[in-house]
Amino acid sequence: MEWLIATMIGLLIGCGIYLLLRSRSFPVVLGLLLLSYGVNLFVFAAGGLRVDQPPLIASGSPYADPLPQALVLTAIVIGFAMTAFVLMLALRALSELGSDRVDERQGDEES
Amino acid sequence: MIAIAPPLVAILLSPLLGALLAPLAERRWNRAPSVVAAVASTLALGVLLLQVPAILEGVTPLQQWSWLPAMGLDLALRCDGLSLLFALLILGMGLLVDLYARYYLPTEAPRGRFYALLLTFQAAMLGLVLSDNLLLLVLFWELTSLVSFLLIGFDPSTAGARRGARMALLVTGAGGLALLAGVLLLGSVVGSLSLTEVLAAGDQVRNHPLHLPILLLILLGAFTKSAQIPFHFWLLGAMSAPTPVSAYLHSATMVKAGVFLLARLFPVLADGGLWFALVGGVGLATFLFGAYVALFKHDMKGLLAYSTISHLGLMVFLIGLGTPLGVVAGLFHAINHAVFKASLFMAVGIIGHETGTRDMRRLSGLFVFLPITGTLAMVAAASMAGVPLLNGFLSKEMFFVETLDSPRIAGWPVLQWLMPAAAILGGAFSAAYSLRLIRDVFFNGRFDGQSLGLSKPPGEPRRLMRLPIEVLVAVCLLVGIFPEQVVRPVLSLGARGVLGFVPDYHLSLWQGWSPAFQMSLAALGGALLLHLLRRPLFAAHARWFPPARGARSFQRLSARLLGLAYRARQRIESLSLPTNLRWLVATAILLATLGWLMARPSDGVPIRWIAVTPMPLDGPSLAAAAILALSTLGVVLRRGDRLWALLLTGAVGLVVSLAFVHFSAPDLALTQVSVEIVTTLLLLLVLTLLPSSLDLRPPGWRQRRDLLLAVTGGIGSAVLAALMMLRPAKPISEGYLQAAEPLAGAGNVVNAILVDFRALDTLGEISVLAIAAVGIAAMTRGLTLRLPTRGDTAGSRARPEDSGEPDRDARHPLMLSAVARPVLPAALMLAAFLLLRGHEAPGGGFVAGLVVGAALILLQVANGFGWTAARFHPDYLRLIGVGLLLALLTGLGALLFDRPLLTSAMLHWTLPLLGELSLTSTLIFDVGVLLVVTGTLLLILESLGRLGNSGRDTLTIGTSREVG
Repeated sequence: MEWLIATMIGLLIGCGIYLLLRSRSFPVVLGLLLLSYGVNLFVFAAGGLRVDQPPLIASGSPYADPLPQALVLTAIVIGFAMTAFVLMLALRALSELGSDRVDERQGDEES
Repeated sequence: MIAIAPPLVAILLSPLLGALLAPLAERRWNRAPSVVAAVASTLALGVLLLQVPAILEGVTPLQQWSWLPAMGLDLALRCDGLSLLFALLILGMGLLVDLYARYYLPTEAPRGRFYALLLTFQAAMLGLVLSDNLLLLVLFWELTSLVSFLLIGFDPSTAGARRGARMALLVTGAGGLALLAGVLLLGSVVGSLSLTEVLAAGDQVRNHPLHLPILLLILLGAFTKSAQIPFHFWLLGAMSAPTPVSAYLHSATMVKAGVFLLARLFPVLADGGLWFALVGGVGLATFLFGAYVALFKHDMKGLLAYSTISHLGLMVFLIGLGTPLGVVAGLFHAINHAVFKASLFMAVGIIGHETGTRDMRRLSGLFVFLPITGTLAMVAAASMAGVPLLNGFLSKEMFFVETLDSPRIAGWPVLQWLMPAAAILGGAFSAAYSLRLIRDVFFNGRFDGQSLGLSKPPGEPRRLMRLPIEVLVAVCLLVGIFPEQVVRPVLSLGARGVLGFVPDYHLSLWQGWSPAFQMSLAALGGALLLHLLRRPLFAAHARWFPPARGARSFQRLSARLLGLAYRARQRIESLSLPTNLRWLVATAILLATLGWLMARPSDGVPIRWIAVTPMPLDGPSLAAAAILALSTLGVVLRRGDRLWALLLTGAVGLVVSLAFVHFSAPDLALTQVSVEIVTTLLLLLVLTLLPSSLDLRPPGWRQRRDLLLAVTGGIGSAVLAALMMLRPAKPISEGYLQAAEPLAGAGNVVNAILVDFRALDTLGEISVLAIAAVGIAAMTRGLTLRLPTRGDTAGSRARPEDSGEPDRDARHPLMLSAVARPVLPAALMLAAFLLLRGHEAPGGGFVAGLVVGAALILLQVANGFGWTAARFHPDYLRLIGVGLLLALLTGLGALLFDRPLLTSAMLHWTLPLLGELSLTSTLIFDVGVLLVVTGTLLLILESLGRLGNSGRDTLTIGTSREVG
């Protein structure tokens, strides 16, 4: 199972990186989203995988590691704010520059 | 013995408070700021005078609070004789300048700002002279530089003011940094930054190998501030400041900070030969150079600026002599110079105001129009020239005496005649430029108003505007005629503050036919000679004297530095986001690989990479993984088809939340699902506004490179993640699990970490949220978007009804809007439930905030933004602010009970129906989190929604429109 999760993390991060390097804004935002999924899972996995051991005192020990969970929880919310910010930046750039390109080259052919 | 009579700190607080009030007072009444300033300075002066009895008894009032003890920075104040002397100067001059500026400033000038800056300067300068901690002194020192910068550039519309301000700040600020370095070295030698202790450790410092660097660094600070050669040029640029500022900062007080510092550290640093060579040498050179250049300046303020440089050099020289009498003479001249120079600046300000020019070549014969101001200026100028009966004469006489029989030059026959000769020469030039100022401006033929374009003849200013000059000139005369009675008490206190004793010195008008008096006569005679020879002299000066180079080479240097930085930036900067990100990713991969390769067993035990037996795979997990993998690849492959890409991203997010559910993280799952909904909504809204995202096809090699980076990064992180999960590790969160129940009263440990154990982090996080929200709101302001043309939009949006009539009703289907309305109360209930139980079970402020936000957004989407805005239009920014404040205040509440910030308190209740409810102070904190999250969410969606909404209207009508 650990290897499966690790593979998924690797896939998310790899695809995230690839999209992040695209030259138009929308794929970059998607790449950012995928990358944050991957990184959140990565941080979460740092606590080890536990089934049916939520860190709730009432459920009885042993517990899953609560610390990575707390880290990831805020990361998810902050990640949303960042996505929104980047989107708005993309819109603003579109309005100021008339283009959604994020690289300086202009006039490459579209596929 | 330490006396803590009236609080010293009030002397600083009074002007600071005034600085806060002045701009507020301006709203009531245009002239109110000057009243505020006068009251503030008077109060400070009162508190200062209350210290005098103690100082007279030989006690030094001290006051001390610990500020940053780890850095040796204390809020420590002392008021010995030297501090008293300078503080009196600062406050006395401050009051006069307050009054003068009240009439000097044009009515439309921003008085609130002016007086606020003036009072801030006053507080900083007082802090400088009252500090008992060397770091604190440096802090105030830099603060005076900063305020001076703001005051020189008070009228930022002129290039000269901007340039002058920048130059002054760079020179004095850089000197301040040198001073800081020197002070830190000094502190490390003495072992304390307390001035009292440093002053007591003079021998230790002078015999230490670091003495020379300390001395040089501190002198660099003092010389830049007091405009000594070769740093003098900034003072001329500073003349762009309004004249009251020139009078106050750039002649009476701030530029004397260097002199003050030399006097302050005199007992520690003055070691004889080196001190004399450096301080005395630079001072004497500055004295001569300034006096010479001043004679040839045509701008009245330029003349006064160079005269100030010259007189500062004189003071520095006197202290540099290293003798007790030299110190006395230096301090005495500091007072005298402040008095006569400030009055001259004020008079010059009046003349400039009345005639519109400060150029002495265009002015003449003004005495007829300004008889009183002219007379006052003449007395002050005579004092500057060193004419008997005036204060300037007395201190110049002391200077002459010192050049004649200072013990320092006993063994140097060359100096024995060189120094008196230099003193006479400098004195002659001083007298000559004083004479020139008066003659050129007030006499020298008839006044020609027409050539200056004046509509009315110049006239005397208002009585109250002249009053400060009258007071200062009266002081010139009083000190000059009755020095024993008027100035000796203060001067002796000042000298005792520096030396610890009062040397035997004479202050009298007539000391007989002494050599010093003969030197005075020689200097005055020389001045007459210079005056008679002025025509050939001016011609020779214009012909031979190199044009002032200090300012220009400074500017060339700074321009070259800027150019260098610009070129360096151009070399490394890329305007392309992919390029920058590529470097970032490659660096991350490289660092991770290096870390991997350099991993070594710490204590000889080989690293066991895999220590945990992997969990067995199961069918549902494999299925979920397959969905995740397919969706992720789908996003990459179908990114051109935006709606698909969006839906697939949502699928990825849902599988991630499932993973959280499966692996014992219910809180994360809840959060992830709510965020997923909101993110998808957000992207949907944006979709209509962005043009088609059909990918550009870059060259093949570039694509292969990106692919390589992605694959390497992906495989690397996969391996890293696997090893991390399988490593033998003991979690560091055991403590949290054990402490959650007893200490935080919480059953949900994740929530306890968020709102209690690590609440400060959470506070930071919601601040980041708030900042992002504000940033987004700011970016939408004034945003104009050109909607993509029909053919450009993603195919899925091109529905048949889009092409024709406005279809508002079709946008808000009846079913959805009917269902959405009752959802809101239900969602609010759910949110309250999640919030309340958050401490015990999955839930909490973040999730509850997301639920409230999502429900409101659903309402908006279902019924339209207009419908919602008509019924519900809170100020989201305020909501966010209230949330932040709530969280912060909850945390601060702990301070009231003398506990560290953000300590929690708890109450347990058993309520019917809900069961046991633990009400902790963290609940209020969590409410703050909720408000911030909800506010952020709604602010973002509303900003985008407004764009999307107004977009739709134009979109339905035409093809390509501007959208506001």
